[in-house]
Amino acid sequence: MKITVWGCRGSLPSPDPENFKYGGNTSCVQVMHGDTCIILDAGSGIQRLGKYLNPEIREIHILLSHLHIDHTMGLGFFLPLYNPNVAVHLYGPSATVEPLLHRLRRYFSAPLFPVRLNDLPRHPLIHELDDSTFEIGNVKIQSAFISHPGPTLGYRLTAGNSVLAYMPDHELQMGSSNFPNEPDWTSGYEIAKDADLLFHDGEYTADEYLTKIGWGHSSMEDAIAFGKLCRVKKLSLFHHDPMNSDKRLEKMYQDCTRNLSLDFEVELCCEGNAYEL
Amino acid sequence: MAAQPLEIILGRQFGDSLGMPVFLVDPMGNLLFYNEPAEGILGLRFGETGSMKVEEWATVFKPTDIDGKPLPPEGLPLVQTLATQKPAHGSFYINNLKGERVFITVTAFPIVGRPDRYLGAMAMFWKSPLV
Ligand SMILES: [Zn+2]
Ligand SMILES: [Zn+2]
Repeated sequence: MKITVWGCRGSLPSPDPENFKYGGNTSCVQVMHGDTCIILDAGSGIQRLGKYLNPEIREIHILLSHLHIDHTMGLGFFLPLYNPNVAVHLYGPSATVEPLLHRLRRYFSAPLFPVRLNDLPRHPLIHELDDSTFEIGNVKIQSAFISHPGPTLGYRLTAGNSVLAYMPDHELQMGSSNFPNEPDWTSGYEIAKDADLLFHDGEYTADEYLTKIGWGHSSMEDAIAFGKLCRVKKLSLFHHDPMNSDKRLEKMYQDCTRNLSLDFEVELCCEGNAYEL
Repeated sequence: MAAQPLEIILGRQFGDSLGMPVFLVDPMGNLLFYNEPAEGILGLRFGETGSMKVEEWATVFKPTDIDGKPLPPEGLPLVQTLATQKPAHGSFYINNLKGERVFITVTAFPIVGRPDRYLGAMAMFWKSPLV
């Protein structure tokens, strides 16, 4: 799998000069496996991805973790949606009452957006997921509900022996009675266990988290403890707070890793990062 | 034990945070968790019993009706919920594992995840005054 990060900012695009290094676009990660094109979330980063996407690609699979606006706001600006020769599949979490299609239509309608889904030259194909397993090309996808307000999925992508796990918004302390112990009783464990690369929410410092319990996000400390619990090979801290400059992010990272001796890699995710698994 | 779905993890979280006794079972009726107040009524600690099969927990407390007649497992609200996936309610006696006879009232209800996944059941119970 060839993986490219087009956005790793949380909550709100923040293209400020002091955020230049880690980037200002919200969640969007591209995964290429041969001809198979999978996109994780449609945050503002998907606009630029659409601009640079190989024009030969005729089928695109967008997996939405959830419908919070920072993960969907780029959809209407994704050029392939306006190309009748490209089939776009949209996957997202099931809710109890309202179908995914109807929830997506709320975005593609007044007063939020001028173009309706039905006005697109080719209507995207909608797929509802819950705790599901399926395949796209030769990539095995596993989805599971994880701890975050509203229906939210974590994704595990497996190609051959390589595993990528994606949980940009995930509140670990809420999803466990005994964090960071008892992996079987920890939200997201099945998604992340033994992954080669895990993108995981690490929005707050441990102190900030205490004032934001229930908002759906985790501290860097907790994300690292989760990475250890899941025995991942590499953890990329994701969903940077829009208020945090490059300098502050690096200070947070240093503060929480200073006294740790870890047997896996931990990094701050950077827009533009590329990985090959 | 297999990894638990989020709804069951949150069910345990919820039970763990309550001052009233709570039981949590999977769709097969395996007892996954009970909280500290339940330990008080049952007279044993979850850490000591661990997960129990339905045949074990439904009989180990020797449930009896008000007249002292043994109550078969299908007479217990939680066992009824497991069979029907519907809420159930009832009162009966148990012998807790300290050998005390306790009168309890139980409300059991199914746990159904989005969009329609039956994942197990929860029972809440109260030490009640005799009726
Ligand atoms: Zn988000
Ligand atoms: Zn969110």
